[in-house]
Amino acid sequence: MELIVARPEGLYCPPGDFYIDPWRQVERAVITHGHGDHARTGHAHYLAAAPSEGILRKRLGANIDLLSLEYGQKINHHGVTLSLHPAGHVLGSAQVRLEYKGEVWVASGDYKVEDDGTCAPFESVPCHTFITESTFGLPIYQWQPQNEIFADINQWWQSNADNNRASVLFCYAFGKAQRLLSGLNPDIGPIIVHGAVEPLNRVYREAGVNLPHTQYVSDIQDMAQIRKSIVLAPPSTQGTSWMKRFGDYSDAFASGWMQLRGARRRRGVDRGFVMSDHADWPGLQTAIMATGAERVFVTHGQVHTMVRWLNEQGLDAQGFNTEYGEEAAEAEANLPSQTEPSIEAKSTDMNSLKAFD
Amino acid sequence: MKAFANLYARLDATRSSNAKLAAMQDYLLATAPEDAAWAVYFLSGGRPRQLVPSKLLRELTLTVSNLPQWLFEESYQAVGDLAETMMLLLPKSPHTPDESLTVWVEKQLLPLRGLPAEVLMAQLLPLLNQLDQQSQLVGIKLITGSFRVGVSRLLVTRALGLVSGIDAKQIAQRLVGYTDISARPTAADYLKLIAPINEELGERNDGQPYPFFLAHPLQAATDAFDGLIGSSDNWLVEWKWDGIRSQLVKRNGQLWVWSRGEELITDRFPELNVLADYLPDGTVIDGEIVVWQHQYMEAATSLSETDSQAIAVGVQPFALLQQRIGRKTLTAKILHDIPVVILAYDLLEWHGQDSREQRQSVRRAQLEKVVAQCNQPQLQLSTLLTGVNWQDLNLQRAASRSLGVEGMMLKRKDAQYGVGRTKDVGVWWKWKIDPYSVDAVLIYAQTGHGRRAGLYTDYTFAVWDAADNEAERKLVPFAKAYSGLTDVEMREVDAVIRKTTVEKFGPVRSVTPTLVFELGFEGIALSSRHKSGIAVRFPRMLRWRKDKPISEADTLETLKDLLPQTSRGAKNGDAKVGGSQ
Repeated sequence: MELIVARPEGLYCPPGDFYIDPWRQVERAVITHGHGDHARTGHAHYLAAAPSEGILRKRLGANIDLLSLEYGQKINHHGVTLSLHPAGHVLGSAQVRLEYKGEVWVASGDYKVEDDGTCAPFESVPCHTFITESTFGLPIYQWQPQNEIFADINQWWQSNADNNRASVLFCYAFGKAQRLLSGLNPDIGPIIVHGAVEPLNRVYREAGVNLPHTQYVSDIQDMAQIRKSIVLAPPSTQGTSWMKRFGDYSDAFASGWMQLRGARRRRGVDRGFVMSDHADWPGLQTAIMATGAERVFVTHGQVHTMVRWLNEQGLDAQGFNTEYGEEAAEAEANLPSQTEPSIEAKSTDMNSLKAFD
Repeated sequence: MKAFANLYARLDATRSSNAKLAAMQDYLLATAPEDAAWAVYFLSGGRPRQLVPSKLLRELTLTVSNLPQWLFEESYQAVGDLAETMMLLLPKSPHTPDESLTVWVEKQLLPLRGLPAEVLMAQLLPLLNQLDQQSQLVGIKLITGSFRVGVSRLLVTRALGLVSGIDAKQIAQRLVGYTDISARPTAADYLKLIAPINEELGERNDGQPYPFFLAHPLQAATDAFDGLIGSSDNWLVEWKWDGIRSQLVKRNGQLWVWSRGEELITDRFPELNVLADYLPDGTVIDGEIVVWQHQYMEAATSLSETDSQAIAVGVQPFALLQQRIGRKTLTAKILHDIPVVILAYDLLEWHGQDSREQRQSVRRAQLEKVVAQCNQPQLQLSTLLTGVNWQDLNLQRAASRSLGVEGMMLKRKDAQYGVGRTKDVGVWWKWKIDPYSVDAVLIYAQTGHGRRAGLYTDYTFAVWDAADNEAERKLVPFAKAYSGLTDVEMREVDAVIRKTTVEKFGPVRSVTPTLVFELGFEGIALSSRHKSGIAVRFPRMLRWRKDKPISEADTLETLKDLLPQTSRGAKNGDAKVGGSQ
């Protein structure tokens, strides 16, 4: 029995009658994490991991009908046992485990296998059928350990600060920014964040993640201080007048796509730091193999490549068409800032616990 | 090697010219002259021949990475650069104690050339394993002969100027010929580049050409010319020839011919060699090599110099010249069928004296005497054109296409002969005619390389094989183009291509035809190699015609109407699409 099928609305569980990260409005949506292409507005009922509640309410509205589960906590819905397990992608990201009549399926959402310290680390969940992402599903994508990348970033910042140049680091406001913050050395200078980043920092801090002190640029009057600072801003600010206040700055972009010189040069920044919240090629392989799954569905990214490769490895692999992410390297570069702070609605919490039981 | 790889990384990491200058300066000041010699060679565009065939490098990578061939190809398509793909797929290794760039180039890399495949397969990996990723990338690029980093020769010249305290123009002159494919730069060569000027006396007794003076495009309404550049009385006007810009250097009884790319091309044009006997030592002439129509060859000397029409008729399409350039050996038949002459337009040295600082009009007068004294059909004057004013000249310019020229050249009468694309000591303008243009349909797309890797930026264009009223007409591909779009447009087109893909063949996608572009090109010729029977030169996108449905794109007939009268119906030339200037 197929526990998950691709429908025009999104990935659908027929026996449970609910969707996972649907891109059209549906009755019941299980949300793997808070990025815009996975968590969309307008569903009647939401279910997600407890640590992502803050993000989802910030971005989808405080009054969404949301049931949150602790990682590992099981609920039963129409005979389908559902539980959420850490995916290591961003705060609150989860893999969805479904069990029905002895059959176990796991949908990964987006995941990363390296423990980055700002969210619960990826947990391998044994299953019969695994649905994996494939954003970086080519062997050219192999990440350095994060401490080495942080060392590079801090060194770049230090050397700019020594030359009295601000360091502007473009990054996605949700997830990447907080991960970067956790690795910055605050002794080098002030840490400035863009207005799109700080609300998410607050959510992380409230979830108990330790981040260094951050300030808005308007908090700092002394230009000399700004020249020693590092600035975290979403990529959409590149080339806007907001950047003018930093004078003659050096800029960089932190993303897995920076692995390729072409993408780096197209980005038009001084430095590219290769840091991704997705699994690299070896990460994808180990994660898939560790599940013990014999069937694999591949979603967004290098679908064709991964399907062919996995079939050659003796697995039964197929592709799922989804509307997550985009196909090419250009995807991340083109995405608008994913984290415009949403207008916080003032309504009271109206969770219906009934929707998902 | 590590130091050079660091320099590469620094240059690659920034877009600022000043930062690049600083990086080169730091490197050159800190490194030994023999390493600087090689660094300057590579940075200013020098490339030894490919040392190891790409096929073997691919095989090596496959063997070592244990990947199937198709996955390697997919990776390569995503990266868009062989050396970078290899670097990413080969096992990572720490950098071992390092030898200098010179040792690497001369002892490790250059000797690889010509080794048997099995020896290379055994030697290459241990060699590359001594390098960290950054150095590996550079090492492989040196091996494939594709080393390029975002610095122009001019910028290298400026860096050398800063290091030596010598005028960059002087350096540019010394750098000519430095990057010849067979050059093996030594510490002494480098020290000569940066040596104080007075040591240069007597250096001019070899076959070195001068740096070419380049023209700027002039794009304005003719009415505005007087306001912009003054009266036409102040200018020497010539046709803009469609040939190979060349310098003829005669010194010490020997003749050298250099192309604008500073390539020595003497051997390619043996018929010019006779000029060595008729030009005095210490003569350097700047001009254009063109193919000259056979029956005019004998009569050429008797042509009146002001009969520009007749001269131009003697000039043959560039496509013919290209057939000669491509040949390794020049047969008697080719020399007979496709003879060349050089059309002289400037005199840079006379009796061993550098005349570049003299006025254009003075140099021209002297040039006319030199050509007359030489009195050989292989050396002709590029005729001066006269007109009462710019409007008059513009009327004459309209004949450009039928005469086989690209428009006019305007040279200020008081201009010195500058270095490169400068305007500080005088100016040359190229006043080109508008390119040919047709509206064509995009039917295939391929991902680009370098900065465009992963983006569909290289397109194949087609026109209809019949008019609109024909029921069963097809699109026939006739040109590939990849330039002319803005970054924003490129992304937009990329998105459309992904959405309208019909089939993928490796890196190429066929699409449902929906996009129409106005394509511009410089020349058009019959070609048996192209399905359409037509080859065009310098095709590029002029405009995205969002307003046009594909049914309104042009037809093959429209395209054929653009063919020059002489070649229509003639035997198919085997013309390659490519460029001269």
